[in-house]
Amino acid sequence: MAEDSGRYKSFTRRALLIGGTQAALLAALSGRLYYLQVVRSDQYRMLADENRISLRLLAPPRGQILDRDGLVLATNQQNYRVLIIPEQTKLGDEEIEVSLARTLDALEPLIPISDRQRDRIVREVSRKRNFVPVTVVENLTWEEFSRVNVRSPDLPGVIPDVGETRFYPQGASLAHLVGYVALVSENDDTDDPLLTLPGFRIGRTGVERMSDLSLRGKAGASHVEVNAHGRVIRELERSEGQPGADLVLTLDSNLQQTTTARLGNESAGAVVMDIWSGDILAMASTPGFDPNAFNYGLAQDEWDRLVTDTRKPLTNKALSGQYPPGSAFKMIVSLAALEAGIVNPGHRVFCPGEVELGNQTFHCWKRGGHGDMTMTSATEQSCDVYFYDIARRTGIDKISEMAKRFGLGTTVDFGLGVERSGLVPSREWKLARTGERWQVGETLITGIGQGFVLTTPAQLAVMTAQIANGGLRVTPRLIKPADPVEEARVDGGLDVEADQDPRSLGISASAMAVIHGGMDAVVNNPRGTAYRSRITQAGFEMAGKTGTSQVRRITEAEREADRGVNEIPWAERDHAVFVGYAPISAPRYAISVVVEHGGGGASMAAPIAHDVMLEAQRLGAARDRRQAAEVDAPPEREG
Amino acid sequence: MVETGLRLAKPELTLGKKIVGISWPLVFLILITAGLGLAVLYSVADGAVDTWVRAQSIRIGIGLVLMFAIALVDIRLFLRLAYVGYFGALILLIAVEVAGSIGMGAQRWLEIGGLRIQPSELMKVALVLALARYFHERSMEEVHKLRWLFIPVAMIAAPALLVIRQPDLGTALLLIFGGGVMFILAGVRLRVFAVVAVAVVGAIPFLWRSLRGYQRDRILTFLDPERDPLGAGYHIIQSKIALGAGGVFGRGFREGTQSQLNFLPESQTDFIFTTLAEEFGLVGGLGLLGLYTLMLALSVIIALRSRNHFGRLLALGLGATFFFYVFINIGMVTGLLPVVGVPLPLVSFGGTAMVTLLAGFGLMLSVHIHREVLIPRRLGGTFS
Repeated sequence: MAEDSGRYKSFTRRALLIGGTQAALLAALSGRLYYLQVVRSDQYRMLADENRISLRLLAPPRGQILDRDGLVLATNQQNYRVLIIPEQTKLGDEEIEVSLARTLDALEPLIPISDRQRDRIVREVSRKRNFVPVTVVENLTWEEFSRVNVRSPDLPGVIPDVGETRFYPQGASLAHLVGYVALVSENDDTDDPLLTLPGFRIGRTGVERMSDLSLRGKAGASHVEVNAHGRVIRELERSEGQPGADLVLTLDSNLQQTTTARLGNESAGAVVMDIWSGDILAMASTPGFDPNAFNYGLAQDEWDRLVTDTRKPLTNKALSGQYPPGSAFKMIVSLAALEAGIVNPGHRVFCPGEVELGNQTFHCWKRGGHGDMTMTSATEQSCDVYFYDIARRTGIDKISEMAKRFGLGTTVDFGLGVERSGLVPSREWKLARTGERWQVGETLITGIGQGFVLTTPAQLAVMTAQIANGGLRVTPRLIKPADPVEEARVDGGLDVEADQDPRSLGISASAMAVIHGGMDAVVNNPRGTAYRSRITQAGFEMAGKTGTSQVRRITEAEREADRGVNEIPWAERDHAVFVGYAPISAPRYAISVVVEHGGGGASMAAPIAHDVMLEAQRLGAARDRRQAAEVDAPPEREG
Repeated sequence: MVETGLRLAKPELTLGKKIVGISWPLVFLILITAGLGLAVLYSVADGAVDTWVRAQSIRIGIGLVLMFAIALVDIRLFLRLAYVGYFGALILLIAVEVAGSIGMGAQRWLEIGGLRIQPSELMKVALVLALARYFHERSMEEVHKLRWLFIPVAMIAAPALLVIRQPDLGTALLLIFGGGVMFILAGVRLRVFAVVAVAVVGAIPFLWRSLRGYQRDRILTFLDPERDPLGAGYHIIQSKIALGAGGVFGRGFREGTQSQLNFLPESQTDFIFTTLAEEFGLVGGLGLLGLYTLMLALSVIIALRSRNHFGRLLALGLGATFFFYVFINIGMVTGLLPVVGVPLPLVSFGGTAMVTLLAGFGLMLSVHIHREVLIPRRLGGTFS
């Protein structure tokens, strides 16, 4: 076995060589483990946590919007929806586009997905990062939602989810004022991480937009442990967000409904307000639209129809519609004349139906004229010649000054972003605007609320409220103050003489009395222009002023033809205006109604004001009784 | 008959003596390692026994029975059966090529009577056996002559090429390395290895071209895992994160977030070491490496104590194959080596590998038990 011993020696050497090499390599593995698990451990621990911990934002419930009596104007409803996380739909090395299309195909039999929605999903996916969930469909029925729920384990990346959707129980009547919410668009400021949530909506118009931040609340956060497929295993930590604050408006939603219904299909705006507190009780604009439709995403053709409609359903006419006030401006002219001492209340003018100035003829609306007019009868019958006369005597400067004192030409600013300022013309304005000097004829036209003067229904309501309360400045408000003391102070008024009140506009009581008398006569004297719209219920009587404002210059031929309202094309018809307040005995509410191309103020606007003011007083009286009952009988304790 | 005389000089081994002669420390190490593997499988299955633990336990049981049975068989029988076994395994490999079922994009398994076996695993043991016999029968002079080396090279090349075709690069490498170690142990001059090494380096460009896309990907990704962090590099990155997050003492049994939350793929098979080291930390990882080191040390001792060349070659050849399993697998999961599909011996879930490994240990035990048996270069008899 000598030969074998040679082999054995060789083998032993080689065996030790092999064993030594193995030991060295195992030592290298140990070193590698030491490097990974000790030297780099902290870094890898962090990466492991990044892997497993995912921060999920918790959307706070959006605050409700309520009317003054606590009726819901905007609330939240459960929204069954399906989300998709694009990267989780991938099987193997699939492209996102392929896996997305495959997943949507698989969803198609379970829930309806239109081609339009499909395009939107693809667009949104390409815009966002692949782990950001994208809404597939929303507002599913419970049946549709359950179908997806059952199948979702087989559909990676598909997440059935219950979200919230905004609901406006009042529908179109508050569409403009309350506004609506809509999906966040690329242009929105995205500092708030909430805006990155899929399907998150922000206030797009109206109060929803104005008070968006307080309604929105603050995002909560949930730290969750997820597995490699993004499925949540457990919650590690949770910080609750802050729910959006509820917002109480000054509106009376019943009155709002009445007003909207009464405006009907007209293109119109109307405002009812409390003449002491400035509370806006109703602010209607017609035609409207269904704000809930915006939630579900408006179809392009529906949107186009809204945008191109000549009656502008998307515009809040009460705030942004600017109209010549017509004869509703005459109180301002009277006040300017009286306060300047240029005429006294007994000033008389003979109305022959027209008046000449230079080579121009200025017509009264009544062919043949009113005859001998006083300030009260001229207001009552809306005699234009009388106001041509006192306007000429008073001059544009004083008329402008008085109009501005009553808030015309100044934006009634609620912060809604749509309020317009209207226009009170002056010499300086005209010179700056046209480079031409003011003409006396223009003063005459301004005297009957035509020409350059433009007002919004909101401004007319504020003007009327300030006339009704005897010349006190009123700041209209839309949001009910949370502090009841503050409210009581404003509501009760100040126990001082009108001219001592810091809110006083500085109008003499005697001048105010003349105006009040004129407005009373307009409605309650048989010859008054709004006599047919008088409120006959005792204690609810209304005072007011009609206005009919031309939208274009009337030619001599047309004046001769004397066509009826229905013979004139809609867009060429006069705007119908009415402003008023009630009750006469103890004024409390002011109203303005403007019906675009409605024909005459007396025939179109005054009857609407009649119905609305009657309802406003009924609702107000009922509320007073309710509140008195609450004060008398404090709520009983339970048990 | 010198052989007979020598055999008679030694008393015949009784069954009792054989059982006593078993290397019980080695058996003990195997049981601990397999038990550790079961614990990790239990953890990976999120506390479920049905998923992997039960099946794996049954395989370990079968493997242990087989191991002891093999250990008690006279080593000369394996010498006689070495070539038959090799050709049997080779035929099975060809059968896979012809009729194997497709799994994981590769043909690796063969269904025989409801049993799913991986012939490439069997071949690892069969090749070592065959080479041990071949070199046992060669004299040193013959081993030093190149012409005697063509046959053993062909014995390695045939199964290696078949396995590469499946394609299973990991097993092919194991066969080549395991076979290469047999050449070294047999006493082939080291300069021959130097020439082969130069030839291999020269052949790399050609080899590169013959690799499949995913094999190239794996190598490229190994060189730079960040190249494709969500695709091919994902495994390595997630594995390193898991290891690092484990730290010195680990995150605790069943507390490894990477493993439990499925960030770590294949955590029951090729990446099981990562789970172990994530949950038991450096302590656990080094502990397992220690177990392997002890087993390898025992294989060297067993080889050196054997008085027959066949046994020496067999014990160290099996030990070396075992070592390559360990080194390639752990090197892979720690990012030192490319991702090749090699299981962690005795720990990874997998039937054929477990049974084959335990059968291999049975052979090693048999070498140990029959260490005093002298075997002539030429063994007479019907099997030769």
